[in-house]
Amino acid sequence: MRLSQALIVASKDFATFTKKKNIIYTVFVIPLLVSFLLPAVTWYTSQRSKGLAATPADLVTLLPAFSFFFLILAGIIPAYIASYSIVGEKVEKSLEPLLATPTTDSEILLGKGVAAFVPPFGAILVGSIIFMGLTDFVTQAKLGYYFFPNWTTATLLFLMVPLAELMCVEWNVIVSSRVSDVRIAQQVGALMVIPFVGIYLSGELRFIDLGVVNNLLYIAGALAVLDAVLFYLARAAFDREEILTKWK
Amino acid sequence: MIDTENLTKKFGDLTAVDGVTLHVEEGEVFGFLGPNGAGKTTSVRMLCCLISKTSGQARIAGYEVGNDADSLKIRKMIGLVPDNVGLYEALSAYQNLDIYARLYGRSEAQRKEDIKNLLTMLGLWEKKDVAAATFSKGMKQKLAIARALVHDPQILFMDEPTANLDPEAAKTVRDFIMDLRKEKRTIFLNTHNLDEANRICDRIAILNTKLMATGTPAELERMVGGQKVVIQLDKANDAVLGALRSRFPDATVTVDGARLTIDLRDPEKRIPDIVDAVVKAGGRIISSTVASSSLEETYLKLVRREN
Repeated sequence: MRLSQALIVASKDFATFTKKKNIIYTVFVIPLLVSFLLPAVTWYTSQRSKGLAATPADLVTLLPAFSFFFLILAGIIPAYIASYSIVGEKVEKSLEPLLATPTTDSEILLGKGVAAFVPPFGAILVGSIIFMGLTDFVTQAKLGYYFFPNWTTATLLFLMVPLAELMCVEWNVIVSSRVSDVRIAQQVGALMVIPFVGIYLSGELRFIDLGVVNNLLYIAGALAVLDAVLFYLARAAFDREEILTKWK
Repeated sequence: MIDTENLTKKFGDLTAVDGVTLHVEEGEVFGFLGPNGAGKTTSVRMLCCLISKTSGQARIAGYEVGNDADSLKIRKMIGLVPDNVGLYEALSAYQNLDIYARLYGRSEAQRKEDIKNLLTMLGLWEKKDVAAATFSKGMKQKLAIARALVHDPQILFMDEPTANLDPEAAKTVRDFIMDLRKEKRTIFLNTHNLDEANRICDRIAILNTKLMATGTPAELERMVGGQKVVIQLDKANDAVLGALRSRFPDATVTVDGARLTIDLRDPEKRIPDIVDAVVKAGGRIISSTVASSSLEETYLKLVRREN
């Protein structure tokens, strides 16, 4: 597999995305909103009148839960790009000439994966840095130390978010092979958020302590296994013969 | 340049292409003529290594279609204009070509020069920065042809390049194909436009799942429809018609005003007898010729015979 070919395919998708305002808003605006909104909520809860204000113990529980919003975003945002990238080509019927070039199916799939992975990852990373900086700014006085960064967040951002994004992209390749409408693909593709909301709720309901790095590593291991299964299915769905003769 | 032997493609129980054997010479414009659903697009897709063959052999410039190692080599030397143009609508004409030139490994300097030449040749250079979405059908088709040529391929596959175009745009595309012909590229042209095939192609194959016939347009016209005698009279009458029908019971005689068309075997040998019959019946002959069936008649006979 030649990375150079995959990167050309990805660059084509990047060039297309820059022309689509809805994709730009979805990919960049939502993480930025979350990154400002969550510290604002944190500030508000810690500034309320005595008795109602969050205590340092409350904040230590609240902040890891807030950082899980970025995992949820990793399960949603790539769906918009991946489904547009594949169903969009289906609608424009541009896959046939692309497949006729000396580029393998795997290189095209990798290119589309890179295009769907990189912008959301960048946006989530920037958003989380803003979130951590602002949160530290509003909580440092009450906690007496900077809560972020920590190992939990590092595990979340650099292990779980990429795995979640990968899962979302793979799922969307499979969904995109079965539908021919970008919106339907995005809606069905966004269902991938459900497991991540489940992880978040499990933490909130105290089934799992999401503040413990080992627990996150177990979840990451499970995500990696699911990624491998979905990769196999996505690779089977993205086969040139399937694309040209069976994709609707 | 292109060779197939018993090339077959089945989709489950449906046979889309059935045992096609053909040979296309280097520098030839080869027309693949057939009705909708005849297997033309499936054949091109097999030859372009887009879909697998069920059985048979196919070779492009000596490389084996279906062999993974050869497939990439084949795809490097061919250009494809698919039946749907498949442009990136949000991108400009230049960007559409540049992406493809990069996929074929062209250097930046080559890309700039080739893209400028192609867009200029097709009259699109002024629109190079305009999104393809705003182009007319004819302009999109021209851009799709430019895209297929951006890596200077030896072989060009064109799948109904003038379908759905208005007459003016279709003529522009046909003229461009004629220009490509002068460059001695091998062109494999799928079409169901008989006039187009007749005007552009060196040889034509008629396909209706199976290969029905192959030859130059003139050979095909003679092959099936055969030849017929056309007699121009000063005035046709029942006596002449009756005389011809009784003397040549195997012939089909049709009348169009004062012109009689007599469709029968070995017309050249039988002209004297035909003239004799007409004269004896009181007819006055202005001219008599032996004419070939048209490509259209040949095509329709072959396709209807198969159906």
